[in-house]
Amino acid sequence: MQADFFAKKRRNSLGFLLILGAITFGAIVITEYNLVKGFESLPRAVTWALGNFYPTQESLSRLPGILNSLLETLLVSIAATTVGASFALFFAVMGSNTTRVNAFFGSISRGIATVFRNIDVAAWAMILLFSFGQSSLTGYFALFFGSFGFLTRAFVETIDEASGGSVEALRATGASYFSIIFQSVIPSSVPQMISWVLFMIETNIRSATLIGLLTGSGIGFTFNLYYKSLNYDIASLVVITIIVAILFIESISNYVRRVIL
Amino acid sequence: MEANEQVVTGEQLLNSKSTKRIKIKTLTKSTIVIRITMFFLVLLTIIAFFNFDYKELDIGEAMLATFANMKAMFLEPHFKHFTFTHALHQVFVTLGLAFLTTLFGAIIAVFLGLLAAENLTSKRVSAVIKGAVAFIRAVPTVLWVLIFAVAAGLGSVAAVIGMTFHSVSYLVKAYSESFEELDKGVIEALQASGANFWQIIFQAVIPSSLTYMISWTFLRFEINFAVAIAMGAAAGAGGIGFDMFMASNFYLDIREIGTITFFILAVAILLEVFATKFKKKLKVNG
Repeated sequence: MQADFFAKKRRNSLGFLLILGAITFGAIVITEYNLVKGFESLPRAVTWALGNFYPTQESLSRLPGILNSLLETLLVSIAATTVGASFALFFAVMGSNTTRVNAFFGSISRGIATVFRNIDVAAWAMILLFSFGQSSLTGYFALFFGSFGFLTRAFVETIDEASGGSVEALRATGASYFSIIFQSVIPSSVPQMISWVLFMIETNIRSATLIGLLTGSGIGFTFNLYYKSLNYDIASLVVITIIVAILFIESISNYVRRVIL
Repeated sequence: MEANEQVVTGEQLLNSKSTKRIKIKTLTKSTIVIRITMFFLVLLTIIAFFNFDYKELDIGEAMLATFANMKAMFLEPHFKHFTFTHALHQVFVTLGLAFLTTLFGAIIAVFLGLLAAENLTSKRVSAVIKGAVAFIRAVPTVLWVLIFAVAAGLGSVAAVIGMTFHSVSYLVKAYSESFEELDKGVIEALQASGANFWQIIFQAVIPSSLTYMISWTFLRFEINFAVAIAMGAAAGAGGIGFDMFMASNFYLDIREIGTITFFILAVAILLEVFATKFKKKLKVNG
C-alpha cells in the first residue's frame, strides 16, 4: 500500500513535469523565443543600463516638464478610480447575492462587470483612441472602464463577506431596503472598499504609463518621446520619477490600510 | 438618598431627550482616516477634471462617436487584414508568451520566496528581498520590456524577460506569505530530527503550501495573458496585441478591433472558468 502510494505520487509528478515540458516546448516554438539569446541579453542589459541609463546633469533641466506630465497621469488615474468606484458600488449592491433586488438584475450587473473586466485597459485605450484622440480623456475612460469592472467584482465579494448576517437580521426587524443598504451594508464594507480603491489607484498609475505610450498622453508619452529619440538619460529620469511617485503612493495607502483595517 | 438621586437623573434624562440625539457613531482614528482619504480622493478627482488636457474636444460628440464605434465593433466584426486561423495562431502566440513568463517567473519566485519568508531565513535577508521586490513592482512592466528591448531588440525575448520581472515580484510576495503561514512546530520538529534545509523545504514547506502556490500562479497566468496583449501592442512583442495595435493605429479599422476583442474576451473568460473549476478540484483533493 505504502509503496503504491509513493509510486503513484512519483508517476503523477513525472506526468505533470512532462506535460509542463511539452507546453514549454510548444510555447518556445510558437513565440520564436530564443533561450540562448534570452540568457545572453540579461548581462548585456545590465551593462548597458549601468553605462547609459542614468540621469545626467543636463537632463535635470527637463524635470519640470516631466513632473507636469507625471502629475497629469496621477490625476487621471485617481479620477478614473474614484468615479469607477462610485459606479462599481452601485453595480456591486445590485450584483451581490445578499443585497440584490432580484436575480435578473443581479446577473445583468455582474455580466456587465465581467465584460468590462476582461477587456484589458490597453484594449480599451485603443478602442477609445478612435473618437477621443490624443487627449487625457482617452486614458481616463480606458482606466475608468477597467477600474469599474475590477472594483465591481471586488466590492461584490466585500459585500458578501461583510454583511451576510446583518442583512438578514435587519430584514427581520422590518427595516426597509434602503436603510439596510445605507445603515448596515455600506458602513460595514467601507474600510475594505477603500483598501481596494487604493490598490486600484496604484495599479492604474502603472497602467496609465502604458496607456500614455499607446495613446500619446501623460508620462508614458514623455517616456516614449525621449526613449525613441535615444535620449536615455532623460528617459531614465522619467523612470525614476515614476518609481518615486509609485512608492510614495504605496506608502500612503499602506498607512491608511494599517489604520482602517 | 440613593433612590432620590436616581430619580433626579432620570428626570434629567427625560428632559434632555428631546434636545440631544444619542450618538450612534463614535469618532475613532479609523473613521477619521477614512473620511480624510475620501475627502482627498474626491478633491483630487475634481481638480483632475479641471486640469484635463481636453484638446478642444467636444465630449458629447466624442461620446456619441464612441457609442457608434462600439456598436460597429461588437455587432459588425469582420476579418480584413488577417484570417481566422491567423488570429487563432496569434492568440496562441500571446498565450505562449504568458506561459513562458509565468513559468520563468514561478521558478525564480520559488527560490526568492523561500529567502523572503521570515520563518525560513533571517529577518534581514527577508527585508532585503522584499524591498527589492517592491522596487521591481514600482517600475511599470512596459518600461521593463522597453529597457530590455534596447539590449535584446524588440521581440519575444525582451517581452518575456521584461514581463518576468513583474511576475517574479508578484509571485515572491504571494509565495513568501503562504510559506510564512506554515506552523513553526513543523520546522522545529524536522530540525530536531536532523533534517537539513532542503529536506525541510521539499518535505514540509512546499507540500503544505502547494495548493496556494498553484492557484496564485494560475491567477498570475491570467494576468500575464492580459499583459502580453498590452506588450504586443506597446513593445512589438507579437501576438494578438500587435494585430490590435495595427488595426487601431494603422488600418483604423474598428470592425477588425471588434473581432480581436471577441477573441481576447473568449480566451479570458475560458481561462477564468477553467481557473474556477481547477480551484474547486484542488480544494477537494487538498
